[in-house]
Amino acid sequence: MEQMSYKDTWLSNIKGDLLAGIVVALALIPEAIAFSIIAGISPMVGLYASFTIAVVIAFVGGRPGMISGATGAMALLFIDLVAEHGLQYLLAATILTGILQILFGVFKLARYMKFIPRSVMVGFVNALAILIFTSQLQHFENESGIIYLLVALTLAIIYLLPFVTKAIPSTLIAIVIMTAITIYMNIGVRTVGDMGAISQTLPIFLIPDIPFNFETLAIIFPYSLALALVGLLESLLTAAIVDDMTDTDSDKNTESRGQGIANVVTGFFGGMASCAMIGQSVINVKSGGKGRLSSFFAGVFLMLLIVVLGDIVVRIPMAALAGVMIMVSISTFDWNSIKTLHLLPKSDAIVMIVTVFTVVLTHNLAIGVFTGILLSAIFFVSKISQVHVNTELEGGTRIYKMKGQLFFASVTELLKKFDYKEDVQVVELNLRRAHLWDDSAVAAIDKIINKFEENGKQITLTGLNEDSSELVGKLANKLGSH
Amino acid sequence: MYKKILLATDGSEHSRRAAEHAIAMAKCTGGSKIEIVYVIDDDNAKSDVLQNWNKADLGDKRKDRIKFAEQQAKEAEVPYEIKTLHGEPGHAIVEYTNKNNMDVVVIGSRGLNVLQELVLGSVSHKVAKMANCPVLIVK
Repeated sequence: MEQMSYKDTWLSNIKGDLLAGIVVALALIPEAIAFSIIAGISPMVGLYASFTIAVVIAFVGGRPGMISGATGAMALLFIDLVAEHGLQYLLAATILTGILQILFGVFKLARYMKFIPRSVMVGFVNALAILIFTSQLQHFENESGIIYLLVALTLAIIYLLPFVTKAIPSTLIAIVIMTAITIYMNIGVRTVGDMGAISQTLPIFLIPDIPFNFETLAIIFPYSLALALVGLLESLLTAAIVDDMTDTDSDKNTESRGQGIANVVTGFFGGMASCAMIGQSVINVKSGGKGRLSSFFAGVFLMLLIVVLGDIVVRIPMAALAGVMIMVSISTFDWNSIKTLHLLPKSDAIVMIVTVFTVVLTHNLAIGVFTGILLSAIFFVSKISQVHVNTELEGGTRIYKMKGQLFFASVTELLKKFDYKEDVQVVELNLRRAHLWDDSAVAAIDKIINKFEENGKQITLTGLNEDSSELVGKLANKLGSH
Repeated sequence: MYKKILLATDGSEHSRRAAEHAIAMAKCTGGSKIEIVYVIDDDNAKSDVLQNWNKADLGDKRKDRIKFAEQQAKEAEVPYEIKTLHGEPGHAIVEYTNKNNMDVVVIGSRGLNVLQELVLGSVSHKVAKMANCPVLIVK
């Protein structure tokens, strides 16, 4: 694992980066359009986002070789915002998302991503895959039966073409062929043009047209927070994948800050909140892209294509994009997790499944992730809160040996495990294999001692470890008063 | 005769037997060296990272996969070197073999993923066809 100098991350792999950049730009177009349509906004918002994000992140990102752009994870989060308040609020939310992400990076919070349990991460990608799939079903509504044929044909091209050539992304070829078929055979199905106009202009700087007051903030903040977290989650997961593929390390805090800067810029240039893309990054690395140049070039080339080919883009049938999105959802899903589901501890499997179901029901990845984390925490607490009390009688002394973690969740059961009225004179509480963690634990021990004393027993405490005695020392005075 | 021996390994049963053959070969010729090669398939990067999300080091599982070959070589006191490659396994092995003028490739007849073989064709078959040197496929 090594890190290159900033200049080397631009210039050490020019040829590979340029070629990979072209491939990525071609592959970005269908996704940017399709994800905009998921969110109910003009395809231009996704295309502008993919352009500005890719270009800005090339300069400020922490993971060279990673591709960012308009993603499904983000688009799915702001469907309601767009439906209820419109595009301008989305742009404002995008800027606020960026600011939150910059703060995340500045305060170096990336390492806390490791606190997200594995089963929640797996649930996250699986839920994302399912949402991308179900969001495509609307394209089958109110269409003639021919759409099934068109989608099937698109998928066939996408999956079979790589056996012939891998030089051009098969998704792009599928789109070109399907567009040609529907135009020449005059098949009347919905096209991108029906979803919104494509303007062949470069994005321009503008300040979102919203009232700058607290009410606006109250509307966009929940969305921005969810977007910031989901964006970072997917970005840092993608960064780890690129780290793995290239055997190099990357700075996750720099990446978080970079994603933030890119989103701020994007919001001001009329693009939607975005993050790193697993699929595109894999395509980039496999096509030979390693440096910052590939992301930069992908963005520039993408914009160039739209400006030149905008007339054709509007004629792409939605069936072709639905096919592409179905492919994206299949490759996003972690199939390995299904194969290994029966091998996992039950609690892990439940967390994964609950995360997925929460997202599918709420359509909100952030809520799903939080539910998953909370559930894992509860499982962990219940697992660790088992306190065993062994007891033996030794020459007239009743010895209770406690083993386990004593804290708020484990003490309620504890009090019942002692026989306070037994006919012995001396009681010993052995805490050699127990640990006291909080004031509930100290209070519980205190209560046990009191109860024995009330019953006229002489009680001794043994084997308290250093941390625990320190805690007892700190809290004993305060707790003694009640 | 075989001084530069490439041993392809993925931790599977067949690759373990391949390791034994590679070591036997190396012992026949003085001054020969085994290069133990493990290929990381980029298509698996996502599930690898996800599976090891909370673990300190992703490399651990990979080390496990080459451990057997490494141990055997060590015990037999045969000089060896470990090399990790990236990409589609068949292609990566062939490219490395031809670029470094290996004298022989020793590889198991089948690997870990039988389904993948059905779709993509067997790695050993690809290597046997395209490598510029003798290939020993161990059953």
